[in-house]
Amino acid sequence: MTAAGRTTGAATTQRGVPQAGLLIGGFVLLAAIAVVSVGVGARSISPVDVVRALLDHQGTDDHVIVRDVRAPRALLAVAVGAALAVAGALIQTLARNPLAEPGVLGVTAGAGFAITLGSGLGFAAGQAGQLGCAVLGSVLAALLVATVGRRSPLRLVLTGVALTAVLTGVALGMRLMLPDVFDVYRFWSVGSLAAREQAPLVWPLTAIVVCLVGALALSRALNALTMGESVAHTLGAEVNRVRAITLVLITVLSGAATAVAGPILFVGLIVPHLVRRIAAGSVPWLVLHSMVLGPILLLVADIGSRVLLPTGEVPVAVVTAFLGGPMLIWAVRRFGEGSL
Amino acid sequence: MSARLTARDITLRYGDRVVSTRLDLDVPDGAFTAIVGPNACGKSTLLRALVRLLRPASGQVELDGREVGGYPAKALAKQLGFLPQDPLAPDDIKVRQLVGRGRFPHQSMLALWSAADEDAVTGAMEAAGVADLGDRPVQELSGGQRQRVWMAMVLAQETPYLLLDEPTSFLDITHQYQLLGLLAKLRDEGRTVIAVLHDINQACRFADHLVAMKDGRIVAEGDPTDVVDAALIKDVFDLPSIVVPDPVTDTPMVVPTLQGE
Repeated sequence: MTAAGRTTGAATTQRGVPQAGLLIGGFVLLAAIAVVSVGVGARSISPVDVVRALLDHQGTDDHVIVRDVRAPRALLAVAVGAALAVAGALIQTLARNPLAEPGVLGVTAGAGFAITLGSGLGFAAGQAGQLGCAVLGSVLAALLVATVGRRSPLRLVLTGVALTAVLTGVALGMRLMLPDVFDVYRFWSVGSLAAREQAPLVWPLTAIVVCLVGALALSRALNALTMGESVAHTLGAEVNRVRAITLVLITVLSGAATAVAGPILFVGLIVPHLVRRIAAGSVPWLVLHSMVLGPILLLVADIGSRVLLPTGEVPVAVVTAFLGGPMLIWAVRRFGEGSL
Repeated sequence: MSARLTARDITLRYGDRVVSTRLDLDVPDGAFTAIVGPNACGKSTLLRALVRLLRPASGQVELDGREVGGYPAKALAKQLGFLPQDPLAPDDIKVRQLVGRGRFPHQSMLALWSAADEDAVTGAMEAAGVADLGDRPVQELSGGQRQRVWMAMVLAQETPYLLLDEPTSFLDITHQYQLLGLLAKLRDEGRTVIAVLHDINQACRFADHLVAMKDGRIVAEGDPTDVVDAALIKDVFDLPSIVVPDPVTDTPMVVPTLQGE
């Protein structure tokens, strides 16, 4: 066998043709759904017009809607979906617990608490203020959890759960005493992609893209970490450093996503779950497949949120839960306990 | 006898619990070293210190005259391969992929799977006798098959040193001898093997260098034929015995005289 033939053979057996095929199929599906998503809404726009609006902008009403409103919203869904799904994949890998989701680091509770506190003090009125509060709250919460719980995965999860309980309780108390604060929080807390287009999204989106690339770069070292601490060390993985960077990635990904779209963290639980079997123990594949399925799930949920009710919108978090719940049950029944 | 891997005056402890005090060990190059001793005598701890999973409280573990703690992680991982007693396989992983994980120290962050990786994995699986298990999920294997798959994983790491913590523990008697035979063969090919073994007779038959430990101390060290006698077994294991020549290999064979009670 020639050297070239060998390499190809290696690529087939180790990296797996079905994996690559599924990934490419996922990308195509994602692109198609994104185009549909931009077309669907109070004013329907055909897929052809959608593509034309993006590639050959004529300034018609439809084109303006596509470029200024719907395309950014779809982009937001893609970024948030990928961020949450990858954050979920990372936390499940790190905690060696398939029930972990990004929220266990306290990010959601931290963001919710900060928004409640911020609007109580009067500086979370606009979207920029809310965004700032949410980012700060989620990062601080995750930092606290990661610092206290860094010694072991179990400690990490317990700390996150404890902090979440405390922050949620205090924030709830504040909202019950201050009705105005409650209104601000309620809008954020349902989790939605609507009317968030105008927020200064460049920074969170940039952060998400950087962290997604970082997650991919780190995924082979995470592969080593899944072999248990001793073997990871003796295989030459810098265990503590990898773990610390992963925690930072999870925090920024889920913090940024939560800040711009509210708590839709269910995506972070369900997506890595659905792709676990396909990834077959490989973290790089888990991250890649999550990166594609997360946006698909969120785009579909977002389309649903726009068409399910004849008047107005259903918050996307509600749709995600409706979609994700049955999917999770299906995954468990289909693959048995092994998938949990 | 030259030794690239040495422990000099090392004290090993977990927190406040001191396991070994001021231990010295030269691991002979290209030999099969067996570490034996009763449970909790510090065998595994010594092995963990040699692969720097445990940092000595004092003293140094050195490879080629340089402290192991000073090596970059991957550089050390290209020298010392280690198999713990009860390794943990990721969920859903298949045999070939698990063996492939042994290539980690040879891969850069973004490099693709290479022909060298492929050859190493194939060779390791053949050597460990798991070539036909490639597509099986590791979770579905028997304990013995799993142990051999892990052995293949360490072999794929292609290190001059193999440090193994009770590698025979989940194997039936046939597979125990096959594995020890494999280790002897790897030794013949030039690798240095250090294994914690439970069975003193197997250690005597296969090892060139025996290290007997008790209460964290090395009480005897050398060619099994020179060091193993009834007095040593009485001292180390607190077991009355006679030592006779192994009828197959002529190495020392310990026959306990304890009957009941």
